[in-house]
Amino acid sequence: MILNDYLIFILITLIINAILCLSLNLVNGYMGEFSVGHAAFMALGAYSSAIITVKIAPTLPPLFLFPMAVLIGGATAALAGIPLAFLSFKTRGDYLAIITLAFLMIVKSGLENISYVGASRGFLGIPHLTNLPWTLFWGVVCFLCLRNFIYSKWGRCIMAIREDEIAAEAMGVATRSAKMMTFMISSFVAGVAGALFAHQLQFINPSSFDILKSTDILVMVYLGGVASLSGSLAGATIFTLLNQLLQPLGIWRMVVMPFLLVLLMLFRPRGIMGFREWSWVKIHRDRSDH
Amino acid sequence: MNFPQPLLQACHLHKNFGGQQSIIDLSFHINEKECLGIIGPNGAGKTTLFNLITGMVPASSGIILWQGHPIEKKSGAQLARLGIARTFQNIRLFKQLSVLENIQIAYDSQLTYSVLGSLFSFSQKNLQEKKSIAAAMDLLAMFEMTDVAHEPASSLPYGFQRRLEIARALALNPRLLLLDEPVAGMNSTEAAKIMELLRWIQKEFSSTLLIIEHHLPFIMELCNRLLVLNFGSLIADGAPSQIKTNPAVISAYLGNDNDSEE
Ligand SMILES: Nc1ncnc2c1ncn2[C@@H]1O[C@H](COP(=O)(O)OP(=O)(O)OP(=O)(O)O)[C@@H](O)[C@H]1O
Ligand SMILES: [Mg+2]
Repeated sequence: MILNDYLIFILITLIINAILCLSLNLVNGYMGEFSVGHAAFMALGAYSSAIITVKIAPTLPPLFLFPMAVLIGGATAALAGIPLAFLSFKTRGDYLAIITLAFLMIVKSGLENISYVGASRGFLGIPHLTNLPWTLFWGVVCFLCLRNFIYSKWGRCIMAIREDEIAAEAMGVATRSAKMMTFMISSFVAGVAGALFAHQLQFINPSSFDILKSTDILVMVYLGGVASLSGSLAGATIFTLLNQLLQPLGIWRMVVMPFLLVLLMLFRPRGIMGFREWSWVKIHRDRSDH
Repeated sequence: MNFPQPLLQACHLHKNFGGQQSIIDLSFHINEKECLGIIGPNGAGKTTLFNLITGMVPASSGIILWQGHPIEKKSGAQLARLGIARTFQNIRLFKQLSVLENIQIAYDSQLTYSVLGSLFSFSQKNLQEKKSIAAAMDLLAMFEMTDVAHEPASSLPYGFQRRLEIARALALNPRLLLLDEPVAGMNSTEAAKIMELLRWIQKEFSSTLLIIEHHLPFIMELCNRLLVLNFGSLIADGAPSQIKTNPAVISAYLGNDNDSEE
């Protein structure tokens, strides 16, 4: 029974990681920007959903309360994605990366100073609402929606922006609205992951969402492969399992993980599934042409 | 030949980069269905002129009229949707996207389904996507590129990348097509193929063409009118036969030691 609970915990963690990975891959892999601020979106999702379940509507039936809290978590994060999208109209690449880092620091120090959510002591007493079925449900919904998005004009447009923004502009791509949608959707999904995370651990504090959390997500994305849904799933799975398997190494884990990453970048710089998909992940609209 | 209004008209265009004047008091027009060539030595400002017309760089001063309406304030994407399409001197394809997707990007601004429609794959989306693929495949068939439709654009040989870039611009269904050195780096057989292609485009799509080209025999044969730029200024505007004998043009080319076969 103990083992079973443990396995379920790992599985839920894995799915939450996969959702985070899908979210970051949309911005970093498909759109070709470099966000290091995704932990902030996760934090906003976690805190705002916890405010709903702990402070605002704790008496509502969980079957109604939880999905509502998750959606509100996603929506809050999506709103926070708007200013970043505006900034991405003006800057790209390294500069935008620095801005996302600043954004993360602002969100974290903001949360550390709001006593309503426990400030730096953390937010306690969050109900344990995240279970395997709900996590699976949100995981599948996020995966399917992002897959639809990527295999649509929006997905093509952000990939065109990644490949050559000037040529995209010359082809009539509305680069601004594509960036806006992408930032909002990506941060919504990260917010959903944050909500699931908060109601799994039942306790969150601002330092759960620091730069190390962002780094974990980056590692998963680049391990699994950029611009690939399959890669996001693979990256999250390997990272989560490795993290557990290396647990006995204690502090040495902190050495082994980065070392593995260096090896990967040397021998497989695109990650395991970079720019490729398993065939079941692809959407084929033109089978007749094959 | 009586055209009531030019398709595009530039009036007193100037463009400075820092202290350097790349376009100086340039005025010209292009009529519907015309094939207008632009020639001039390296650094004369030809590509800069394209960048001004397509909204890629803002003019320092001057007016550009599209069917009589000023367009200098519009973004590149808006101009593309108005019907001004271009290719680039250094080919700019979406390299990792497939040949098919490169074409589809041009159709995407016409697809009307919403973000929600795309997230939840409403039937309208699938319908429009199917149509866009069918149209792109038709265009690729005309360019004899059907069998490479699913290859990444970067895997094509140079000549085909040029063709794909032209096809992608045509997919915008442009009123005005700007080609920046379409046969640069090609041998004469390849250049002849592109010439044939452009002639066919003129006929089939009844497009208006504006072409920059250093290859003089090519552009003299293709275009009915030529503009000659030198140091940012227009030094001649006329039929190829007039341009050939124009003393200012001859001295500009000889003075710059410029080889017409570049
Ligand atoms: N973005 C820019 N910033 C600064 N200077 C520029 C820029 N674009 C063009 N120039 C300058 O403007 C001048 C004209 O350049 P342009 O590329 O238009 O010449 P061109 O006629 O197309 O030459 P080529 O035949 O070599 O293609 C050059 O001296 C160039 O250095
Ligand atoms: Mg040029």
